[in-house]
Amino acid sequence: MSKTLIRGAKVLGGEPQDVLIDGGTIAEVGAGLSAEGAEVVEADGKVLLPGLVDLHTHLREPGREDSETVLTGTRAAASGGYTTVFAMANTFPVADTAGVVEQVWRLGKEHGYCDVQPIGAVTVGLDGRKLAELGAMHESAAGVTVFSDDGKCVHDAVIMRRALEYVKAFGGVIAQHAQEPRLTEGAQMNEGIVSAELGLGGWPAVAEESIIARDVLLAEHVGSRVHICHLSTAGSVEIVRWAKSRGIAVTAEVTPHHLLLTDELVRTYNPVYKVNPPLRTERDVMALREALADGTIDIVATDHAPHPHEDKDCEWAAAAMGMVGLETALSVVQETMVDTGLLDWAGVADRMSVKPAQIGQATGHGRPVSAGEPANLTLVDTAYRGLVEPAGFASRSRNTPYEGRELPGRVTHTWLRGKATLVDGKLT
Amino acid sequence: MQRHLISAADLTRDDAVLILDTAEEMARVADRPIKKLPTLRGRTIVNLFFEDSTRTRISFEAAEKRLSADVINFTAKGSSVSKGESLKDTAQTLEAMGVDAVVIRHGASGAPYRLANSGWIDAVVVNAGDGTHQHPTQALLDAFTMRRRLIGPDAGLGQDLDGRRITIVGDVLHSRVARSNVDLLHTLGAEVTLVAPPTLLPVGVEAWPCEVSYDLDSTLTKSDAVMMLRVQRERMNAAFFPTEREYSRRYGLDGDRMARMPEHAVVMHPGPMVRGMEITAEVADSDRCTVVEQVANGVSIRMAVLYLLLGGNEPAVTHPRTEEK
Amino acid sequence: MDTHDAPSDARPVLEGPDIARVLTRIAHEIVERAKGADDVVLLGIPTRGVFLARRIADKLEQITERKVPCGSLDITMYRDDLRMHPPRALARTEIPGDGIDGKLVVLVDDVLFSGRTIRAALDALNDIGRPRAVQLAVLVDRGHRELPIRADYVGKNLPTSLRETVKVQLAEEDGRDTVLLGAKPDAQ
Repeated sequence: MSKTLIRGAKVLGGEPQDVLIDGGTIAEVGAGLSAEGAEVVEADGKVLLPGLVDLHTHLREPGREDSETVLTGTRAAASGGYTTVFAMANTFPVADTAGVVEQVWRLGKEHGYCDVQPIGAVTVGLDGRKLAELGAMHESAAGVTVFSDDGKCVHDAVIMRRALEYVKAFGGVIAQHAQEPRLTEGAQMNEGIVSAELGLGGWPAVAEESIIARDVLLAEHVGSRVHICHLSTAGSVEIVRWAKSRGIAVTAEVTPHHLLLTDELVRTYNPVYKVNPPLRTERDVMALREALADGTIDIVATDHAPHPHEDKDCEWAAAAMGMVGLETALSVVQETMVDTGLLDWAGVADRMSVKPAQIGQATGHGRPVSAGEPANLTLVDTAYRGLVEPAGFASRSRNTPYEGRELPGRVTHTWLRGKATLVDGKLT
Repeated sequence: MQRHLISAADLTRDDAVLILDTAEEMARVADRPIKKLPTLRGRTIVNLFFEDSTRTRISFEAAEKRLSADVINFTAKGSSVSKGESLKDTAQTLEAMGVDAVVIRHGASGAPYRLANSGWIDAVVVNAGDGTHQHPTQALLDAFTMRRRLIGPDAGLGQDLDGRRITIVGDVLHSRVARSNVDLLHTLGAEVTLVAPPTLLPVGVEAWPCEVSYDLDSTLTKSDAVMMLRVQRERMNAAFFPTEREYSRRYGLDGDRMARMPEHAVVMHPGPMVRGMEITAEVADSDRCTVVEQVANGVSIRMAVLYLLLGGNEPAVTHPRTEEK
Repeated sequence: MDTHDAPSDARPVLEGPDIARVLTRIAHEIVERAKGADDVVLLGIPTRGVFLARRIADKLEQITERKVPCGSLDITMYRDDLRMHPPRALARTEIPGDGIDGKLVVLVDDVLFSGRTIRAALDALNDIGRPRAVQLAVLVDRGHRELPIRADYVGKNLPTSLRETVKVQLAEEDGRDTVLLGAKPDAQ
């Protein structure tokens, strides 16, 4: 196989070094490496990170290929610097059987832009009543280890308890979408000053926090681990912090948009800002950033949720919830965490690659950038600043809240096991 | 400068007084043998109603016809936010027919704002009530009614409602009328108190420019106007209050309570009233109750708004809210 | 419409006493032509036409020793140039109690120019009732008619150029009585 020499890259933001890729593996890391027989990429001070891992992506295939497919979604992932994405189970049909998860997994393999690790549904049809065949999905070719009803909450305490217990048998993890359904009936946006003024149904913070509190206690009780999807409130942070201090095996994620955007944007009634969980307040945003910095929140996950134009080009109440995020995630994290001094690039590698790979057991990903490791790498031009232009997205959908916003950072190269999937910002 | 009327909060004090003064002249047209003005001749206005509201629609229709506009009524029954029903497509279809203004009633909060600011159409948009957000012409007709009753039709010209004490009672949570009135009355200098059980007040109400009380009796005695909001019986089933009887006892307006109001104070209701719930028949039928006047004033206010938005080459009403990019 | 801020170079063509005199003459002419003015209703066109109508009504009362009904007729919503400007604030229309049906309505305005205001006034009258006849009294007729309209009673015929502007100032509104002729600001 071919060799690639990345010259002068700041590995995890450190001093510039050369990195030699040979086949699918990092052969050598050091100064002044020989370029003989290798294709040379002049990194010129760009930052080299382990390939990013997204524990929360909606690829929409099967069922909603009008908004995204495994192909377009993994191309978007490669554009954003990702080498693994975990595909959520709320497809049509729902990924609640070995058959569906294997299909998604196989499509990812065929396209080759990014490893696709399917997430299995916790309950049949995501309806919260009957456990799906979690074991069968785990034993399938897809090797599912993460289970989630994301989009819906496993709200029944008994079902949640059983799921947490059951996956202990094969080291799985339940990723909970924390949303108490009765408290969020008719909910349209964060409940607070803005919702009161706009007359949109309020989505109280307590609807998220009460489920998280219950589930960390359940996890403690049954001795299992639980992962909390897209934390969005300051109160949720406090609960997770408390749970971790007690030694409960809880991990948590935050989305890029909850690190940057607030419910003030809803004043435009533009459904591009409609998302589940909803955009919260400035105070919540600051608490989430702080928690990501101090490790209370373990990872950043995109909750990449593509929707066709018509599902957003309408009145707020009729619009679909969700935002695309794979192609802007790193830029938003640089803006909110790195450029603010809260996190260095090693910290970014930890929150966007190492930890998510550990939680999802994505072997070969989230590894150190050192000799002998798989060459899953991302090169980032951190000095770049530019306007977000959805027209250039690889994703099939354009529902980004950042259109026209200036953000820092641009992924120029992505390597999946030594094979370049993105070169100079262009997909291969 | 915006060309639409979306929210009462968008109106400046001078805009609001101009509308009230204009409505005062429009009201005089109703006394003439020919209740019609040629002002909007050749302009086409569509009443786009996604929610049933015969009262509001015929009030707008009467106003439009008195100003000689061509009127198209479009009622998309029961299609509030159901999938496949596109507000954008409907509006664009109507605009293709040469519509100059869209008067829209929609079950989704913000639908008129979207219609006005999304580049879907060029027509002037007038909000005739959206979800639980705003109903600006209702607030204007309420302020108009108060000014006429508390100051006088002629004496009120050029005046706002500075220092008047207005109490709004009932289901504030689900009420676009309450939101619009709080915004407009505050702009006009009035002191507003909301009275409701805590379950029927929105979280975030503390940021509104008004006082909040859970006790009707203590506020009644110092009110110049008491506005009763409709309380739908269905709310009972969602545990907003225990029983109809308990609601009436704590928050309903009956003859005894009305007697404790100052002599000059009026009772208002945006209609339709639920007699026996928020208001007794005795109060509803008394001289102090302005319900019928409010209906008549609604036509005058809507004529004024349509004249000021459509009567010239640009609207005479300014809007501070910046347009969406 | 002429603005009423006097240009700096304006010269008076009618002063206070002249205005009083011509209004007296107009009142006498009305009595004479209306054979006693029994059924006359004066309607001034806002703003200054209303003050002139009241002054003429007072003079008619002195002459006939009877009260003459006097009101105002706002023509804003009947204008033919509404869509060329932002909407204007409305002025008061006040029709005297007995109405105008079968009456001799004398419209009163300050300056007769293109005739479009009077056209609008005739339309407005039409929506209010059916007078026996309609006549027009103006303080100044400056010519340049654009419609087949003429005044029945004219205070002063004032030949003007289109580059000139005529300002009527009345004590009730402007603190003094005068008619000024000056150059249009944009013609200077």
